[in-house]
Amino acid sequence: MTEFTPLLSLAGGVLIGLSAVFLMLLHGRIAGMTGILAGVVPPLPVDWPWRAAFLAGAALAPFVFIVAGGIVPFAVPVSTLALVVGGLIVGVGVTYGSGCTSGHGVCGIARLSPRSITATIVFMIAAFATVYVVRHVFGA
Amino acid sequence: MPKLLSAFIIGAIFGLGIALSGMANPAKVLNFFDIAGTWDPSLAFVMGGALVTTAIGYRLVFGARQRPLFEKSFGLPTSRAIDLPLVGGSALFGVGWGIAGFCPGGAVPALGLGHPETPVFLAAMIAGIALARWIKVRGSSVVAAQQTPSRGA
Repeated sequence: MTEFTPLLSLAGGVLIGLSAVFLMLLHGRIAGMTGILAGVVPPLPVDWPWRAAFLAGAALAPFVFIVAGGIVPFAVPVSTLALVVGGLIVGVGVTYGSGCTSGHGVCGIARLSPRSITATIVFMIAAFATVYVVRHVFGA
Repeated sequence: MPKLLSAFIIGAIFGLGIALSGMANPAKVLNFFDIAGTWDPSLAFVMGGALVTTAIGYRLVFGARQRPLFEKSFGLPTSRAIDLPLVGGSALFGVGWGIAGFCPGGAVPALGLGHPETPVFLAAMIAGIALARWIKVRGSSVVAAQQTPSRGA
């Protein structure tokens, strides 16, 4: 069980949205984690430094938050094998699908991109179905 | 330098938003997808908050400016094709997300929380990105046909 946190989740969502808006205003880029991450995996594109800076900020902020006494609940209810298999599938999927939750689900839908709306519907249905099968068919 | 500093700060806002929202917590993500079991609808509020903010903000940005502050033009995805790579890749992503509970945007900020599971997922995901690229390059060189590379969000 995890605690229902509508207000905290809404506030977090607004911050994610602000980040997307500022990245467009200042850098003119989509705040999609897939594209940003792919841009620091060799062969490196010429504009890799801003992506590395974005990633550093994204990982460092939660670190500073918990060091300052903030609490971020975290639990991994799956096996290491599931993390590895899931990670590989996610990596292949977002590369072919050209985006993930942040790029398609937030930035793309906000632009009313038909590609992003399609991608988001597909990956959400696939995730609901997968969790149903894993938890209620196989009972993991 | 101001470009890098601004990207760093914007990344920090993103990472803090992810951490506060619960998207960095695989247990919470998997519970969101488990309607038939321990359902936690919180993540619908993350998507709602992020989408409304971005939709309004983008309109203000594109309405007020011809170009971003630091670059010559907006770098927006141009592909409009709803094709097999988009649909199949997205379906795969959803399956992997449902197996591991991490998505790319959740896992990078989760790295800062210092739990040992996160780098395991991230390493596997980066291997998956490299693998998919290798297959793509190999496929296109075998076909040896002129193809326009599709690079999206």
